[in-house]
Amino acid sequence: MTDLPEQTERKLGLVIDLDICVGCHACAVNCKEWNTGGHSGPLTDMSPYGDSPSGVWFNRIHTFEVNDPETGSGRTVHFPKSCLHCEDAPCVTVCPTGASYKREEDGIVLVNADICIGCKLCSWACPYGAREYDETEGVMKKCTLCVDKIYNDSLPEESRVPACVSTCPVGARSFGDLGDPDSDVSRLVEARGGFELMPEQDTRPVNRYLPPRPRKGPPPQEASGPAEDRAPRMLDHDGGDPDGAGLIARWIDRALSS
Amino acid sequence: MIPNPFETVKETVDVAPRVADEVKTTTCYMCACRCGIRVHLKNGAVRYIEGNPDHPVNKGVLCAKGSAGIMNHYSPARLTKPLKRVGARGSGEFEEIEWDEALALATEWLGEVRARDPRKLAFFTGRDQSQSLTGWWAAQYGTPNFAAHGGFCSVNMAAAGLYTLGGAFWEFGEPDWDRTRYFMLFGVAEDHDSNPIKIGLGKMRTRGDAKFVSINPVRTGYSAIADEWIGLRPGTDGLFVFALIHELLRAEKVDFAYLGRYTNSAWLVIDAPGEADDGLFARNADGDPLVWDAETGGLHPALSAASPVLVGARTLEDGRKAVPVFELMARRYLRDEHSPDAVAERVGISAATIRRIAAELAEAAFEQEIVVEQPWTDWLGRRHDRIVGRPVSMHGMRGISAHSNGFHTCRAIHLLQALLGSVDTPGGWRYKAPFPKPIPPGPKPAGVTTAPNTPLGGMPIGNPTGPEDLIVDDAGQPLRIDKAYSWEHPLAAHGLMHMVLHNAWAGDPYPVDVLMMYMANMAWNSSMNVPATIKYLTDKNPDGSYKIPKFIYADAFASETVAYADLVLPDTTYLERWDCISLLDRPISSAHGPGDAIRQPVCAPDRDVRPFQEVLIDLGARLQLPGFAHEDGTPKYPGGYPDYIVNHQRGPGIGPLAGWRGDGDSFGRGEPNPDQLDRYIENGCFCAQDFPDDAQYMKPFNRAYLDYAHRMGWMPSAEPVIFQLYSETLQKFRLAARGHGAHQPPPEHRDRVAQYFDPLPFWYAPFEEAALEGGDFPIHAITQRPMHMYHSWGSQNAWLRQITSKNRLFIHDDLADALGVRDEDWIWVHGHVGKLRCRARRMRGTNPSTVWTWNAIGKRKGAWGLSQAAPEASDGFLLNHVISDLLPEREGGHRYSNSDPVTGQAAWYDLRVRIERCEDQSAEGCVPAFEALDAPHPPPILQYGADVKADPCRAEGVPCREWIGNRHEYAASVEGLADGHGGDATPKLKAAE
Repeated sequence: MTDLPEQTERKLGLVIDLDICVGCHACAVNCKEWNTGGHSGPLTDMSPYGDSPSGVWFNRIHTFEVNDPETGSGRTVHFPKSCLHCEDAPCVTVCPTGASYKREEDGIVLVNADICIGCKLCSWACPYGAREYDETEGVMKKCTLCVDKIYNDSLPEESRVPACVSTCPVGARSFGDLGDPDSDVSRLVEARGGFELMPEQDTRPVNRYLPPRPRKGPPPQEASGPAEDRAPRMLDHDGGDPDGAGLIARWIDRALSS
Repeated sequence: MIPNPFETVKETVDVAPRVADEVKTTTCYMCACRCGIRVHLKNGAVRYIEGNPDHPVNKGVLCAKGSAGIMNHYSPARLTKPLKRVGARGSGEFEEIEWDEALALATEWLGEVRARDPRKLAFFTGRDQSQSLTGWWAAQYGTPNFAAHGGFCSVNMAAAGLYTLGGAFWEFGEPDWDRTRYFMLFGVAEDHDSNPIKIGLGKMRTRGDAKFVSINPVRTGYSAIADEWIGLRPGTDGLFVFALIHELLRAEKVDFAYLGRYTNSAWLVIDAPGEADDGLFARNADGDPLVWDAETGGLHPALSAASPVLVGARTLEDGRKAVPVFELMARRYLRDEHSPDAVAERVGISAATIRRIAAELAEAAFEQEIVVEQPWTDWLGRRHDRIVGRPVSMHGMRGISAHSNGFHTCRAIHLLQALLGSVDTPGGWRYKAPFPKPIPPGPKPAGVTTAPNTPLGGMPIGNPTGPEDLIVDDAGQPLRIDKAYSWEHPLAAHGLMHMVLHNAWAGDPYPVDVLMMYMANMAWNSSMNVPATIKYLTDKNPDGSYKIPKFIYADAFASETVAYADLVLPDTTYLERWDCISLLDRPISSAHGPGDAIRQPVCAPDRDVRPFQEVLIDLGARLQLPGFAHEDGTPKYPGGYPDYIVNHQRGPGIGPLAGWRGDGDSFGRGEPNPDQLDRYIENGCFCAQDFPDDAQYMKPFNRAYLDYAHRMGWMPSAEPVIFQLYSETLQKFRLAARGHGAHQPPPEHRDRVAQYFDPLPFWYAPFEEAALEGGDFPIHAITQRPMHMYHSWGSQNAWLRQITSKNRLFIHDDLADALGVRDEDWIWVHGHVGKLRCRARRMRGTNPSTVWTWNAIGKRKGAWGLSQAAPEASDGFLLNHVISDLLPEREGGHRYSNSDPVTGQAAWYDLRVRIERCEDQSAEGCVPAFEALDAPHPPPILQYGADVKADPCRAEGVPCREWIGNRHEYAASVEGLADGHGGDATPKLKAAE
């Protein structure tokens, strides 16, 4: 019910490296801190000191295990998730009032709180669960890509990036114009095989995730099977030398003869 | 004009609002990491906190804790006024009093004790970072009963490092993140140095040429991004490391040249069983240890021998035999009991995996050698054209430390580092200033003699070098309340804060009159066996008086411990205070050079609170302590803490801050400079220096570095720091236990000292495991540290608690199946001192014989400004409730502390449990549930930021810029990606091709 721009001048977005995210929540909390006093703030907290503390967060980290029942190998995955600023954003087209909109100049998806009626259609439409309803104010809120920070010349230059990006301790987050194939973020996505989240939803998300790289882990089947078959002696040594007596004797000989 | 209802109203986005009236720099204190922050202030309130990009610790990043600082600063749990207890202890009934009355009362209590017997004050501090001040205050007062919380934190890591390498993991060293090719992380370490480690891991993995191996029973936190996870059984890390050493020795993949030159591997050990100097180093008449020198073909002082020989028994001048350390090590670690096959089952890791890891270590150290073309000169003046790096680095913290075998296990890790020749080489683990220090660093602890109204003869905390340095009486009995530096825990280099309440209650070795604590939640998550601890605080004598008569407690928040204090001194938050992060204490140095920092008040307190350090200095003057009052009785530091920071001198020209001393140009040494704090503030509240290029690596042996460190006052002389792989200090204690020397342990402790003071590292089963052998406690129970909360004083934080406000006991699927436990089931966890009820969660990424939970989530009902219904109390728990503070009774009835026998480190992770599913799944709530404290009525809704929103739209803004995380590392591998942003990522030295 709300139109998307035919195209945007730029496609600003995030690139998140799942290879190095340690799940520390720095991005989520720094986002909360910036944005609660920012364009779509406050990020209301209900029961902040009570029985079920819950509030508005533009960015959340999901942690889960991925296990391969065949090999027994597994991995703990930390997955930060926020609005992906989709090109075909269903949260915008579903909006009955025009409150949800995508900016022509940079592609950022925002909510105009003044005309949001809190109908929650957008949160139903978003396949990523990236919308946050503020019950106290009765309006929908979401990641602004720190629109009031990235262009803000009252801040030092190094602060003019989304809060989640500059604060990330492992450097897992990058920011830039994903519509420009020559931009550094695009090069990074290309080099690392960055992927779209749930492409089958046809939302054409702007944000990209970089997959975990192959791990330099154990060879397959190391932990099972007979010992000698599975573990070639990579360290050459005399296997028939109980307690190393011969080895020590040899060292002593060498020392005495030098 | 009426808007057209059919036209969508366009939003005018304010893209460049004026965010702050002012931005002030200071140092974060949301944990012990000491990151630099910029605090944006709007209308006097905190609008935003971000990392300071110029700061050497965090280089602009900021973790979840630091980003949630606003919520601590405005927490409803903040104390607002001094409190005097009027009800029973624990009732939470207080009356508010004025500071004059509070300080007069404290002065009266403290003054009376000082005039009678200063030992009767026990003064212990928690996670504060001002131990050079608090320790000095205790010394001026005259009590030996002082320590900070290191005894229950990670003293095993500190002591093992200091007694082996002259430096330690903690935040006192770091992997050479830019060059390392193989990084081993031992145990849970998501605590100290947290942002630097995260920054380093990110850079290392982005570079892509290193392997990261995590050795941890639990696959979470940093382990999640490791190349390989070694999920061994808790407390067996030592066995694992010795098996690696076994393999490396057998394959002769050790750095013989490094060992001969830089470690005591060639030093000759007297082999004279039964004699008083058996196992000590053979020395010449000047006391210099001797080696066999191949060049001269004879005995030679170790430090000047050209070609020390690592093997072969030699005959000393007196005709006795002596054997080099290396040969002793080889004989021990080559024994079959250390082979991968022998330990695999016990460790829970296959022998094949252990062998492969050993091979990978050898490959990284010796096949991927890094050569840096930087000449340097060693302590003998020998010039080396280049620096050879063995790019294997290691780190470990609480996971290794919190076992009763942690000291020796940590020594084993350092031994492995040294065998590979990697310490302080390019790509290895590197020291941060003021380390390395002599092994062990001076001074020794003071406190054997005390006298009324008299300062202690030295500092209460230090490093003993032999039995003569213990703080015991003529009968060998403890003289400190925590029994630190006694025969029970001789190298208790951080004290045993976890034993203070028990011992004070039991009057063992004596009762105290006043207990003073700061920022240490001893009535809750900082104590083992919480129910017993609460009894120690509330138990009374037959006459109705408390067994611990007076308890002064300073804290910023309404923690569980506040309810038990008689006098509460409310502290400020970290944004309202001065502090110094000092080279005398725990500075912000990096491997590249020294640094220190300050906190400045960025907000004025809106409550009647005072910074504890300010109060301590005030009390010092009121008590007329010599360091704090002039002879005429006037205070030495009338300007309070900032006055002390600038003007106190610990030695000539050496004060709490190293920067801008003298006329403003001196670093390290110089007269006090009245403008010093202004200079720090101008520079972002820190001062950092770079070592000269030729002093960056090989620091323990490097003439340029040693001279620099001596000039700075970090080392008493510019002598080299030769690694003590074989510890003569430990052997001295062992000899005493065997009946030699003037200072011998009482009979009841002899066997224990003789056994655990092995001069070479060894492995033994953790005490609780050994004591319960054959019993029905088959499962290990440990904690991991949530990165978004750990060390964050006041984790009631309104934002952080939304991430974690309840905790589960995580159980491996296979174990859960065997126990019939499903997700969210209520289970009983039985330890040998009690049981607790909590909920279970299944997972695969944990050792199958180990259960675990997040640390310190559970809170007592009503504490920390949380409502009675807070899930932290009903659905959160502490393993502390079932961890014993004492080991099971031994023959003769004596019970040792549940601690490491060498250092007194609290053995949190030795816990063994049995688990059963609760029959009644309808019963709700974690058990034990403690009586509720008086809870406040916090606000139901929080909309922080609504009133600090920016001024209305002002400008169009400027073009935005890109940001590539780890750009410097990516630039090497992504075509077309230019280097640029990336902080101080450029290595100081260029590697050879």
